Amino acid sequence: MTEFTFTVKDSSGIHARPAGLLVKEAGKYSSDIKILHNSKQADAKRIFSVMGLGVKCGDSIKLVINGEDENLAKKELMEFLSQNL
Amino acid sequence: MKSYHGKSVYGGIAIGKIRFWKKSDADIACYRVKNPDEEFIRFEKALSEAKNQIDNLKEKALNEVGEENAEIFEIHKLMLEDKDYIESVENIICNQGINAEYAVSATAETFAAMFSGMDDHYMQARAVDVRDISDRIVDILSKKSESIVSYNEPVIIVAEDLTPSEALQLDKSKILAFVTFKGSLNSHTAILARTMNIPAIIGVDLISNEDIDGNLAVVDGFSGTIYIEPDEEFLKKSYQCLKEELEKKELLETLKGKENTTLDGKKIELFANIGNIKDVSLVIENDANGIGLFRSEFIFLEKNTFPSEEEQFAIYKNAVETMAGKKVIIRTLDIGADKKVDYFKLEQEENPALGLRAIRLCIKRPEIFKTQLRALLRASFYGNLSIMFPMITSLKEVCDVKRMVYQTAAELESQNINYKIPEMGIMIETPAAVMISDELAKEVDFFSIGTNDLSQYSMAIDRQNEELDEFFDPYHKAIIRMIDITTQNAHKAGIWVGICGELAADTDLTQTFLSIGVDELSVSPSRLLPVRKKIREIDLRKK
Repeated sequence: MTEFTFTVKDSSGIHARPAGLLVKEAGKYSSDIKILHNSKQADAKRIFSVMGLGVKCGDSIKLVINGEDENLAKKELMEFLSQNL
Repeated sequence: MKSYHGKSVYGGIAIGKIRFWKKSDADIACYRVKNPDEEFIRFEKALSEAKNQIDNLKEKALNEVGEENAEIFEIHKLMLEDKDYIESVENIICNQGINAEYAVSATAETFAAMFSGMDDHYMQARAVDVRDISDRIVDILSKKSESIVSYNEPVIIVAEDLTPSEALQLDKSKILAFVTFKGSLNSHTAILARTMNIPAIIGVDLISNEDIDGNLAVVDGFSGTIYIEPDEEFLKKSYQCLKEELEKKELLETLKGKENTTLDGKKIELFANIGNIKDVSLVIENDANGIGLFRSEFIFLEKNTFPSEEEQFAIYKNAVETMAGKKVIIRTLDIGADKKVDYFKLEQEENPALGLRAIRLCIKRPEIFKTQLRALLRASFYGNLSIMFPMITSLKEVCDVKRMVYQTAAELESQNINYKIPEMGIMIETPAAVMISDELAKEVDFFSIGTNDLSQYSMAIDRQNEELDEFFDPYHKAIIRMIDITTQNAHKAGIWVGICGELAADTDLTQTFLSIGVDELSVSPSRLLPVRKKIREIDLRKK
């Protein structure tokens, strides 16, 4: 299992468009990917779950990745987040 | 004639008959099915058909409203693939043995309620998206065919609310306006209406009622008002507005994206004057090359106490980010004279036009000016921002304010706050500044000539006093000569010069300004295209 935290810089937070991109990106990996935000937890491969977190600009989120390709997923997702959010 | 108000989404006038848009949703029946597994397969087939339809809609949206707006259908597809959504439907069908239509609509309500309960307007508005995708599946399940809705004549669509796919299903050429009772400014329908350039009003206080179907109405998208069964006189006036608007649109279509170049190839920058952050959309709509005068005092005039650094920073940052790299020239606080604010607690003056105003006030009240400078320098980090100082009469004033800018920068540096020193210019609006413009030009990056005050101070005529109108000559040779002197002195020092007063928009003078060599004209957004049209007709080789 591996994890990292990320602070959202996009002024709209995780709104529909980046949530959609994130879900698609997470869907590329076989690992189980969870997003933790405040006391809530979401499955990064499910769009309603991700949007339901209500992540706003300046919020920090923690990604917990568990599975065979977790290291690759972590590397790629860190890159993805810094570019899109 | 009755009128109802709502929020304006997109400006414009529309005159036509109302067509009341009714959702086809009869109450969805709930019943037990004999074979839940078969019922779930029926759902899965409908789901896959729904995805196909969305792909087609996305294609249509790409062609009609562009990639950015088409993305919503990509999101819709992901929603249809969402495991939580599918599991909820599966649970209702397979474990409770309920029909698929009901399972889908019950699931939709659960997810819509999740969005409605969030503390963010944008997310609340997403409830519509869930209902949209779910209605689509229900329609397929109940074998309702999807078709482009077309009317014989163009109509004003009045509806409770419209989902993105409903808005897109309508034949665009037959729609004059959208009017909805619900909806938010963040709704995709609102965004689509803006992209499709269709007048739209949302949140209208009209009671949902189909009696108005077929009634004649006028939609004023600018004020957010719908007038039902207008009287003859009002109708006549509205047709006149519509005609003017169409002429403007035509102008826009032929001139948008075109350069401000004369027939003999001389180019001039055409910027816009604004007094409010809300005007930025008008600037973009009318295709300005930048903002030549952002009157920052409006931020102060609208408030009852001093706006904080953060408030100002947010507004300036928003402006430069929205203009995306185009120049935004913000004029520092120009309070005093006719623009009074109670909380500044300024003394009554015998002669306010010649009194403690603009840069003088900023120098005397550095704490107010410092806050504004901090906000400006910070916002400058995020885009192409310039600042200019009003009412300059001496070299000392320029040196004083520049020193304050550098002090502010040093302060931000020591606090590790992002900032950038913007280009700095001054307003040339006093005869004194014109006379020493050769010296001033060495100290700043640009000049902007404020012709309103320059005329008033040169001719010693109070523009508020109507009695004096017969003595006032807006084309006085003195003003033209002063513009000439200022321009030549600016160019000698290698800086550019613009005009941001009312004269800049006067198309009778455009040729004169071009001959003098003025580099930029800044006019109100509605004057941008008429001035561009004029520039493109001028040939400086002909006298």
